[in-house]
Amino acid sequence: MKATREAIPAVLTELAKGGADIVALDADLAKSTGLDKFAAAFPDRFFDCGVAEQNMIGTANGLAAAGKTVFVGGFTVFTVGRAWDQLRNVTCYANLNVKICSSHAGISVGEDGATHQTFEDIALLRMLPTMKILVPADYWQAAEMLRAAAALDGPVFVRIGRPKVPFVYDESYKFEFGQAEVLRPGADVTLIGCGVTVKMALDAATELAEDGIHAEVINAATIKPLDEDTIIASAAKTGRVVTAEEHSVIGGLGGAVAEVLSENLPTPLRRVGLADRYGKSAPYEELFPFFGITAEEIAAAAREML
Amino acid sequence: MATTDELSRSDLKRYLEERALTLRRHCLEMIGRARSGHPGGSLSAADIVAVLYFHHMHQSHKNPRDPDRDRFVLSKGHAAPVLYAALAENGYIPLRDLQGLRQLDSKLEGHPDMNKVPGVDITSGSLGQGLSAANGMALAGRIDGRDYRVYVLIGDGESQEGMIWEAAMFGAHHKLDRVTAIVDYNNLQIDGHVSDIIEVQPLKDKWRAFGWHVLEVDGHDVIAIEDALKEADMMHGKPTVILARTVKCKGVSFMENKADWHGKAPNDDELRRALEELSCVPEVGA
Repeated sequence: MKATREAIPAVLTELAKGGADIVALDADLAKSTGLDKFAAAFPDRFFDCGVAEQNMIGTANGLAAAGKTVFVGGFTVFTVGRAWDQLRNVTCYANLNVKICSSHAGISVGEDGATHQTFEDIALLRMLPTMKILVPADYWQAAEMLRAAAALDGPVFVRIGRPKVPFVYDESYKFEFGQAEVLRPGADVTLIGCGVTVKMALDAATELAEDGIHAEVINAATIKPLDEDTIIASAAKTGRVVTAEEHSVIGGLGGAVAEVLSENLPTPLRRVGLADRYGKSAPYEELFPFFGITAEEIAAAAREML
Repeated sequence: MATTDELSRSDLKRYLEERALTLRRHCLEMIGRARSGHPGGSLSAADIVAVLYFHHMHQSHKNPRDPDRDRFVLSKGHAAPVLYAALAENGYIPLRDLQGLRQLDSKLEGHPDMNKVPGVDITSGSLGQGLSAANGMALAGRIDGRDYRVYVLIGDGESQEGMIWEAAMFGAHHKLDRVTAIVDYNNLQIDGHVSDIIEVQPLKDKWRAFGWHVLEVDGHDVIAIEDALKEADMMHGKPTVILARTVKCKGVSFMENKADWHGKAPNDDELRRALEELSCVPEVGA
């Protein structure tokens, strides 16, 4: 178990040591993102913008326009939500090298509750031309995605979370941008997850296998651009698809998969996720069952279609 | 711009006033032809932009991406016509391109796009963001040990945006003395007088309280603008803001000081009359 956010200081420090021309900004949350550790190692390349997310993104835009690759922290609900206009009208419109590695995305924030949880960040960013969206399933994938973010041209969002999450990969993992990964082959139903729901989908597949149901599990790690070919090919094979995410079922992974399948290969689909409602305070382990985002719910959704 | 450095003050004044007049004519012709655009804030800023682009800033159309160039951030992006006119007169884009403002086959968007127009240092249009961008450019220069300065033009109505004051705090905190902000203070915004909509005064006290060096000038006195810019360049340890008192739509008698001309294009007759008024060199000592 390791939190995806722990990859932030590790990878940024590694990049800067390797000579990458990066700068990091935060909005009074450097202790949460781990950027305080990057700041300790590279004090001239870190600026804490204080509680002012709009100015953080605006400053990042200026740094990027002057040639820097800028990583921005903060909490995702504020970095993406409050500074959305700054991201829309300058970062993305001008295709600037601003990489969002804010933390505490999703409902896995837990006790802070609805104001600090995000269920709409993927939807908000998906519709911005030039934005790339990466959702890591574990620490190792997060680290690889942060490296990829630095190398990619233009804005990138890596959806980082707060809690320690189980490993799906190991240290040898290599991320391929734009590639959905088939983690387990199967012919009866396709389970597509991203982030923490990848492990849930794998557990659901194990549960279904006990009943002789062979589920194919896909990690749609790159939400934008979505790997349409892999998803369509799997749907063509299984004829049934379940998506799962700690995000609203509107506009996120489920929405994106629904768009792709509806246009290319209409396929029965169930979307597991937040059902058009706000989050709430509780230990995050209790929130997932409360909102119906679990391996059991994914398996149940699959059985509904069989 | 070495050539204008050798001019006497009176010659410089005459030269820059003529340049500003040319910018104003371009702006009205562009907006008139497009039948849309923002003449008010373009004309109020014409003298400030003329001093920056025809004398004060160090940059050249020969290398619009020169990492050492001075930067200009048009935070009030709706004044795009005056920036495009200055870039065209400086050779960044052909003069004839000005005719395409806001048209489908043109790169001259209603608000400036850094990826379409050489010389535009950052994309703008959504108000309140330019000062933050200028701060970011100055930080990048500091990291790289470059000497360039960043000039950012802000509207007075735009100063109602909270982000301006976030950036003001940030700039002072980081002692960004290579940033010079200029407020185009014409006291008019779309819905009326700034002082009637949401008062921004006392602007001088506000900026001072936020830790900035504050200068006040007549925003149509090119020599006063140049002197203020020079003083700002000499400041160490804090950024400077120049509060430039201006007149909206300055230079056209029947358009001056009217909020209606914020975002309305002159019709053919109005354009003809406006260009007539702008055809002669203004009186010395205006």
